[in-house]
Amino acid sequence: MAAPVNGPGTDPRAALAPGTAVPTRRGTELLLLGFAVLITLAAHLIIDITVTGSPGTEMVTFGVWFSVLWAVAHVVVRRFAPYADPLLLPCVAVLSGLGLSMIHRLDIAGEQVGGNGAASVDAPVQLVWATVGLVLFIAVLVIVRDHRALSRFAYTLALIGLVLLALPAVLPNSEINGAKLWIRFGGFSIQPGEFAKICLIVFFAAYLVDKRDVLALASRRVLRLELPRGRDLGPVLLAWVASILVLVFERDLGSSLLLFGIFVVMLYVATERASWLVIGLLLFAGGAFVAYQLFGHVRVRVDTWLDPFAYADTGGYQVVQSLFSLGTGGLFGAGLGGGRPDQVPVAKSDFIAAAIGEELGLFGLVAMIVIYLVLVERGLRTSLVVRDGFGKLLAAGLAFSLAWQVFVVLGGVTGLLPLTGLTTPFLAYGGSSLVANFGLVALLVRISDAARRPAGTAVATPPKLTDAPTEVVQP
Amino acid sequence: MTAEIVLQAFRFGFLILLWLFVFAAFRVVRADLFGGRAGRVASVPPRAAAAARKRGGRGPRHLVVTAGPLSGTRITLGEQAILIGRADDSTLVLTDDFASSRHARLTNRGGQWYVEDLGSTNGTYLDQQRVQGPLLVAPGQPIRIGQTVLELRS
Repeated sequence: MAAPVNGPGTDPRAALAPGTAVPTRRGTELLLLGFAVLITLAAHLIIDITVTGSPGTEMVTFGVWFSVLWAVAHVVVRRFAPYADPLLLPCVAVLSGLGLSMIHRLDIAGEQVGGNGAASVDAPVQLVWATVGLVLFIAVLVIVRDHRALSRFAYTLALIGLVLLALPAVLPNSEINGAKLWIRFGGFSIQPGEFAKICLIVFFAAYLVDKRDVLALASRRVLRLELPRGRDLGPVLLAWVASILVLVFERDLGSSLLLFGIFVVMLYVATERASWLVIGLLLFAGGAFVAYQLFGHVRVRVDTWLDPFAYADTGGYQVVQSLFSLGTGGLFGAGLGGGRPDQVPVAKSDFIAAAIGEELGLFGLVAMIVIYLVLVERGLRTSLVVRDGFGKLLAAGLAFSLAWQVFVVLGGVTGLLPLTGLTTPFLAYGGSSLVANFGLVALLVRISDAARRPAGTAVATPPKLTDAPTEVVQP
Repeated sequence: MTAEIVLQAFRFGFLILLWLFVFAAFRVVRADLFGGRAGRVASVPPRAAAAARKRGGRGPRHLVVTAGPLSGTRITLGEQAILIGRADDSTLVLTDDFASSRHARLTNRGGQWYVEDLGSTNGTYLDQQRVQGPLLVAPGQPIRIGQTVLELRS
């Protein structure tokens, strides 16, 4: 089969041969983005007509703003990441559009009930946050031209991540609903943990790519499991201690679970050793048991999870209302604007999934979950296809963090898991979460661009100083 | 009474709209999985499909890693040469002690791909044969570099 050929450059025309152009799929993306905007506007219109009888006045402003938002995002992707995955952006658009519509719907419900000052108009605020998120999205795409450059700042990002994570624990006045997660200044508050998550995922990816050989190779076999050596347990123990500290000092089960889960899974992905999952689960189970014995706020969560109806008037009120909400929704839901999702406490943020379940039913909720699934699948596919180990781990970590977060939140809302303070990505009301997740998607878009870009057209990276040959300068 | 009908139409219409989006997304996933060759999938861009027909569908379109730590990685082939090695700026960055920093190169000439060894320490193998000069690579023929095995797929 093999045939020797002449020296290089025998056929200059070959290099210019057309026909192998790799489709960028940007047209598909635009089409689906249009579809996502259409769904959002339809939701808005249906809500307005069902609840108030006529389209609201802010409908036009909202429609134009929302459409321009995604048009800008599309143009930026076209310009800065032309080969990016065509499904990432539309999935995010439809999820955030659904979230905005639901928040708008709860705004109206709040106005109608009114009276006790509970009514606040949050949908426009959330739209502003989405715009801020878009700015971060653009900034990440413009600044990070090659995701591999991020690995050079791994330890800086780790430091930033840890500081962001620890900040609310030391600052006074950071407590909302029992969890110390917030930094407040001026009129608004941010949740630094959401940004810490991304910084730490980047660090984990860079660290594990460096150390995975040590973590994977030195092992002994016990009961068909490859167990690591004792001293290699250091990093996983450290991550465990950090997550326990978060649990103790910030009283936040959600972030603690999220961070530890991400670390263990990235360790598993990096080393291909299932033993890390077992070790992680055992560590987590032990930590959770001790936390249950020691801390009242953990015990309340677990007790209300095991039997919400026994505490229906106190700690279990939220879960009970949420279950009623989902039950009312049934298979097809009450229709947008037809239910009473405002009966659930904090329906705009923590329980937005319950609100969607009530108004769109099981079919709507499952559609939402499937859209998340598509988003995560694209992330994992990016991880498979991308050519460098750091990119693989980073994409897998980011995609898994989305999946894990959705699982934990929906588990809490449906009573499968104890309630945590995590937010549903892109859907829930809350600026920090929305902005941070836009940043996360920007990183995924960047990596998927690198993964799908045809070989040879890669962006040029400046040579590293360490790779430059040493020159002896003689006077 | 009409209001009730309109409400029901809204209720189911919106769910249908939502699921149509899901299925549109699935179509894109499917088109992506089966690549440009699955000509029956409508969302394959006509240009790429026409191009594949014009070349008789012979030319390899992907370089796939079939064994080794990067197993599963797929590189879409373009016009440019593909550098394989441990160096950061290689097209396929290997993390393998048996690979050199600039190990091998795949070059496209007239739609056919040739592999050449760039003076690596442990060598590049096409099938069982050690690569000395540039060799023509047929689709499906394994190229071995250290622990990594690659092949061209159309």
